[in-house]
Amino acid sequence: MSITYLEAIREAQARALKEDDRVFIYGQDVGAFGGAFKATKGLAKEFPGRVLDTPISEDAMVGTAIGAAIEGMRPIVEMQFADFSSVALNQILNNAGTHYWRTNIPCPITVRLPSGGTKGSGPFHSQSMEALYAHYPGLVVVTPATVEDAYTMLLDAVAIDDPVVYCEHKYLYYHLKADKLPADRLPIGQARVARAGRDLSIVTYSAMLHDSLAVAEEMAAEGYEIEVIDLRSVKPLDTDTVLASVARTGRLLCVGESFPWGGVTAEVIARVAAEGFHLLDAAPRRVNAKDTPIPYHPNLWSAHRPNSKSIGAAARQLLRE
Amino acid sequence: MLETAGRKGSSASTRAALHDRYLEAFRWMLLTRVFEEKLASLYRGGMISGGVYVGRGQEAVSVAGALFLQKGDIFSPLIRDQAGRFAFGESILDVARTYLGSRQGPMRGRDGNIHRGRPAEGYYAMISHLGAMTSVTTGALLAKRFKGEKNFVGLTTIGEGGMSAGAFHEGMNIAAVEQVPLVVVATNNHYAYSTPNEREFACVDLAERAKGYGFEGYAIDGTDLGACLETIGGAIKRARAGRPPQFVVATVLRLSGHGEHDDASYITEEVKLEPFARDCFKVAEETLLKHELADRETIAKWRREFSAEIEEAVGRAQQEAAPQGDEEDWHAISDRGLIDQMG
Ligand SMILES: Cc1ncc(C[n+]2csc(CCOP(=O)(O)OP(=O)(O)O)c2C)c(N)n1
Repeated sequence: MSITYLEAIREAQARALKEDDRVFIYGQDVGAFGGAFKATKGLAKEFPGRVLDTPISEDAMVGTAIGAAIEGMRPIVEMQFADFSSVALNQILNNAGTHYWRTNIPCPITVRLPSGGTKGSGPFHSQSMEALYAHYPGLVVVTPATVEDAYTMLLDAVAIDDPVVYCEHKYLYYHLKADKLPADRLPIGQARVARAGRDLSIVTYSAMLHDSLAVAEEMAAEGYEIEVIDLRSVKPLDTDTVLASVARTGRLLCVGESFPWGGVTAEVIARVAAEGFHLLDAAPRRVNAKDTPIPYHPNLWSAHRPNSKSIGAAARQLLRE
Repeated sequence: MLETAGRKGSSASTRAALHDRYLEAFRWMLLTRVFEEKLASLYRGGMISGGVYVGRGQEAVSVAGALFLQKGDIFSPLIRDQAGRFAFGESILDVARTYLGSRQGPMRGRDGNIHRGRPAEGYYAMISHLGAMTSVTTGALLAKRFKGEKNFVGLTTIGEGGMSAGAFHEGMNIAAVEQVPLVVVATNNHYAYSTPNEREFACVDLAERAKGYGFEGYAIDGTDLGACLETIGGAIKRARAGRPPQFVVATVLRLSGHGEHDDASYITEEVKLEPFARDCFKVAEETLLKHELADRETIAKWRREFSAEIEEAVGRAQQEAAPQGDEEDWHAISDRGLIDQMG
């Protein structure tokens, strides 16, 4: 048996619904239709009355989830695409993100964002918004890059008493497969050394993990031992694991799929510069998408985002410095 | 369905018998008036950080919304709802503590003025962003249905200004889709800050929007406490009984600045002569006197009693320790294990 990243998301939701009466799923087309990507396939039938179609009202979907969470439920909101969560930004940042701090009453919502680029999806169906959410206080932001993490981190997200923005990568939906669902889990907030090395640390997350691992593999043939760190969650961000890696390698390359200004890669470099400057043998670098909207045409799209070529070029450059 | 109560035809206050909760409602209005006068004076004296927002002219609508709520209901008030907040059970001390920034207030100095509540008691703490609380209230009611609770309603309020926010439209629509027992009380006080109705909307009657949302709608004269009690009380009863969500639009004039910093010089003299510019408080007071439910002396005595309670609460809140930066843990999430350590 093999299970995809997408199926893991479905299975995590099925399990959450089964094990916890407080869980319900709220989103556009998530009911009988099973969701635009089929992440809730069959769940409406299996759990009648708990997987609910909503109007096209991202603000109100999240607002409703917030009210339900304050009253003790554990809603999972599915955005049809991460990009549309911009319409719900206010509820996520200003209502969910402030609620516990203001009132001492937690607001345990999970907002699922089908994120990231796939060919031909264009400016409004391709975005990665983790940096935006991580910038605001009061939210936990996770970016699973493996089938195992997709499963366990979604279950964790539902169990956590705080609002969680769960960024699932659309490219990984069908491309990633595991043999089975994991029996144990690494807690949210802990990064993972996805590949050990001693020449250079690539710190990345979500789908870029796989491009980075491909680069590490390719460069192994050239004699380089590249360490790859999967952040797993961008907030909290596991600075310790990153610093420990840089202590081993002395070189840092941060890779992220989202826009370059600010963001997760900038945050990682800022922390390493502040806390581990002495560990660095060369100035840290980062690779991000370009500072334009995400293009539609596959040729433009693949040039816009980081890929193994641009990551490899940056890595080689850094190793020469 | 669109009914008009109060403004035209039989106004409740001219009927033989007053609403049986008229006097009780009036006392909350009086407490609100006295308290808000005190808040305004504290503001002028520089004793309050941030703004002061009063509900002068809207006490009747506000109190009528909350008066019929019970334990287990949800109340999500907004900026001009002090009367309703008191009627729902908020203590004078909570208000004083919040405005004066006491660490012991429900918001612990983390939020101020009107942005306060006790969500565990069904009293939601508004965020500033207008329209946002409509769907939040809907979600609370959805949760109660999931949990198998019975006989509950939720009430939230909005101004005619906030009615133009996308979040409000989304919230109204989703409430009707979910068929939750929600009552939305809108008050058209003719201005959103300085913006007059002509620049806010172009429809003839805001209450008619109810039909478009799938709510039952009512328009009332918000200066008439009797009409407010009857229509809003009725709406709450209908929502509780399982009718579709209820929408009531009350018409008044804002009898203050947007906040105490605002002299409202943009409100024209003509508008002040309109029937909706009457002061609901004065109308209610005269009605009570006319019906001999209270005499001037009694009302004056209540005023003195409220004033004393308020002075005590304000004095106490002023004595209490202010929050201190070095005593805060500065974490916005509840799960200590998930705090981002930023070094
Ligand atoms: C979404 C949003 N935009 C702007 C504001 C700033 N603001 C606060 S109150 C207000 C006027 C509100 O008018 P209305 O809804 O009619 O209520 P009123 O103040 O008249 O009671 C404005 C513009 C806000 N709170 N929320």
